[in-house]
Amino acid sequence: MYTVYKISADDRDVVEEFNAKPIGHHSPALQRVLNVIRGQPVRDKYVLICTKPHQEWTLGQLTGERGEPVRIFKNQVFTSVEDAEREIFRRRWELHTGEQN
Amino acid sequence: MKITGYADKISARPGETIRFMVNCERPRYRADIVRLVCGDLNPEGPGIREHVVPTPANTSYKGRPQTIESGSYVSIPNSPPLQDLKSFTVQAMLWPTTPDRGPQAIVSKWQDQRRSGFALVIRAGRLALQLGDGKGTVEVVRTNKPLLARQWYFVAASYDAETRRVTLYQEPQTDYPTVSDAARVRKKTQLERLGSNQSALLFGALRTGSGQGRLDQKFNGKIDSPRLANRVLDRSEMERLKSGVPAHLQESVVGAWDFSQDISATTVTDMSPNRLHGETVNMPARGMKGYNWSGQSMDWQQAPEQYGAIHFHDDDVYDAGWEVDFSLAVPAELESGLYAARLRSGSEEDYIPFVVKPAKGKEKKLAFLLPTASYMAYANEHMATNAGLIELLSGRLAPLDKNSLFLNEHREYGGSCYDSHSDGSGVCYSSRLRPVLNMRPKHMSALGGDGSSLWQFNADTHITDWLEAQGYDFDVITDEDLHDEGLALLKPYRVILSGTHPEYHSLQMWDAMKAYQNQGGRLMYMGANGWYWRVAFHPDCPGLMEVRRNEGGIRTWAAEPGEYYHSFTGEYGGLWRNQGRAPQVMLGTGFSAQGFDVSAPYHRLPDSFQTRAAFIFEGIGKDEVIGDFGLIGGGAAGLEIDRADERLGTPPHALVLATSQGGHTDIYLVVCEELLVTTPGLGGTENELVRADMVFYETPGGGAVWSSSSIAWAGSLSHNKYDNNVSRITHNVLERFLDPAPFVR
Repeated sequence: MYTVYKISADDRDVVEEFNAKPIGHHSPALQRVLNVIRGQPVRDKYVLICTKPHQEWTLGQLTGERGEPVRIFKNQVFTSVEDAEREIFRRRWELHTGEQN
Repeated sequence: MKITGYADKISARPGETIRFMVNCERPRYRADIVRLVCGDLNPEGPGIREHVVPTPANTSYKGRPQTIESGSYVSIPNSPPLQDLKSFTVQAMLWPTTPDRGPQAIVSKWQDQRRSGFALVIRAGRLALQLGDGKGTVEVVRTNKPLLARQWYFVAASYDAETRRVTLYQEPQTDYPTVSDAARVRKKTQLERLGSNQSALLFGALRTGSGQGRLDQKFNGKIDSPRLANRVLDRSEMERLKSGVPAHLQESVVGAWDFSQDISATTVTDMSPNRLHGETVNMPARGMKGYNWSGQSMDWQQAPEQYGAIHFHDDDVYDAGWEVDFSLAVPAELESGLYAARLRSGSEEDYIPFVVKPAKGKEKKLAFLLPTASYMAYANEHMATNAGLIELLSGRLAPLDKNSLFLNEHREYGGSCYDSHSDGSGVCYSSRLRPVLNMRPKHMSALGGDGSSLWQFNADTHITDWLEAQGYDFDVITDEDLHDEGLALLKPYRVILSGTHPEYHSLQMWDAMKAYQNQGGRLMYMGANGWYWRVAFHPDCPGLMEVRRNEGGIRTWAAEPGEYYHSFTGEYGGLWRNQGRAPQVMLGTGFSAQGFDVSAPYHRLPDSFQTRAAFIFEGIGKDEVIGDFGLIGGGAAGLEIDRADERLGTPPHALVLATSQGGHTDIYLVVCEELLVTTPGLGGTENELVRADMVFYETPGGGAVWSSSSIAWAGSLSHNKYDNNVSRITHNVLERFLDPAPFVR
């Protein structure tokens, strides 16, 4: 889904809310931001690779080409899903706004 | 994954034999038969529970790679009329879906090693004829106009052995001003003669390489009315051949194949006097609109002559056809249950699950109906890697385990009825005669909610785990058994437990369960979005199921208008709801909303305090919140959830005991079949339809139905060492349901 909503500095208030709870009930303002960043089409989309089930994850990126291997980034290991969510949120925020949070 | 496998049966009775086919890229592997109890790796839950069952099959085996040749085609065995061609004409109606891709064969009679024969192909997006003299010379004549995708064409090619002249016809059936896609090409070749070969005539593919050859140049799209003649036909003769074989052309026609015959079968009929019949391979889609579909009939049975197309896909697969590696004669003393052949080689591992049914006459009082039709619909789904939507639907990053990563790369393992083919058309057939790598213990799915991330098969092991932990004696039976055996399968049981997501049902399955209910049977609906889609099993080909995604309902692709009838049976497909049998008719509740992030608890409703419901809430406090815990999204109501609705068939006397209304996130949205007018406020925090309603009602003959109406329900059963109110309610219901005392006389 491509959303027309543009994330901007006005949305900065939701960053703290996301970092406090990446998965679960969110305010409408945060949900609107998440619809943009989680709705990214499949090319270069981040996914979570379960390297040790329920213990260890790395990030991956889909290529958008059917049958092509997922690009897996083994250099960064997460021991919680929430930490991985925060890292992806940080990257995408920067992509959309040019700002670091 | 270096080791994968499948079995020839999904279930067997003691004394019957199950055969296992294994691909192993390691020199050896060990197989052990295990009884599966729980397949959830989540350390917060019961953990992996399986018990090795000693059988003669438990031993070490030699590994060997086995591969899958995907791609559908029609094969016509070689015969003198095909082999003796010198001059010829080949023609067809064509609807290519990926003409821009690499070479694709429409009709081939080709021996690749000797470069012998002919093939009508698409090359560089254009129609082409490839000719080989069998001595190494190959000539390709092609048009200079690209074919458009998803447009009908008349295509033909002739070769005159005397003049060595080739003529190509590429005639669009729709003219678009300013678009130039029509072509007629005449060209003299240098070829001295057409090479003869003993290859089969193929529609939709060509074999390359030595020996049997490798299936290659796989065509995507529809072929209708292919014809082959033993001389050069003029254009008017070709036109006459489109609709049959007139007497004056009988001598010239080698074959005239009518795909509108045998739509339910794998046979292909030649109308010509030569009777060069053939077979489809890997289940290309039939019952498909042809070039002459008028739109006046939507049913291939009413106007078969307008359904003469077969849609071929380069990624179709039916039976992997692997060699058998070992067998299990199911021992007489083996208890009914959920089992698997566990395959291990070093750190590599796969499981091939199967069900052991009870011997006839030895049934227990309780049966777990494993929703294998739904497993087949989801078999090898690629939603997390194909579709960007998953992260939105689930409100979290899509988790991928080794099985999902393998399936992403190994497209030859075939798709699910949630996937689209490589040409974008929906996958309407699914087979279990291939490794189904998401029907596995330990597998996690992006749809499975925050926490354990389980979906379908592995989520259903939360039910077997609970039954074993509670010490219940139970049998396991499958959807396919229900389809084959009908009511007789259910009749011995006082109680049937459903799986977490029994979504797909054939008419036979539906009728059998309704008859069971009407004769005093008790059904515990341990899930949600059940009895939703109508499916058809193939009457002759084992392990093969069809889904037509018609009209409405949550669906990842939509059947084309005019293609709503199952090709296997001629039955109208789509939602049972659109055929007057909404899930509420069977269960008291039906699919109402979905979201895949976190789950919600239930709150008791006034009906739960009625005397009729007292047994269900024994030991549950008046204001007790039910299921605010669990391995699937942290709550008992979640993922897909169902609601009571009298308008859709909830019985008027049904008690709506508890609801999760108001507890869901806005990731949860009302199902699309409820949307006549789109409005704001469709999410869980606002819309009243976003809810799981727990329901109980009595049925004729002393039976009853209890519905949890939530896929997540079973994920809460093991909380606090099974001492919790979800487990207690399930236990209360099951105990009373096992009691033969009728509910209402």
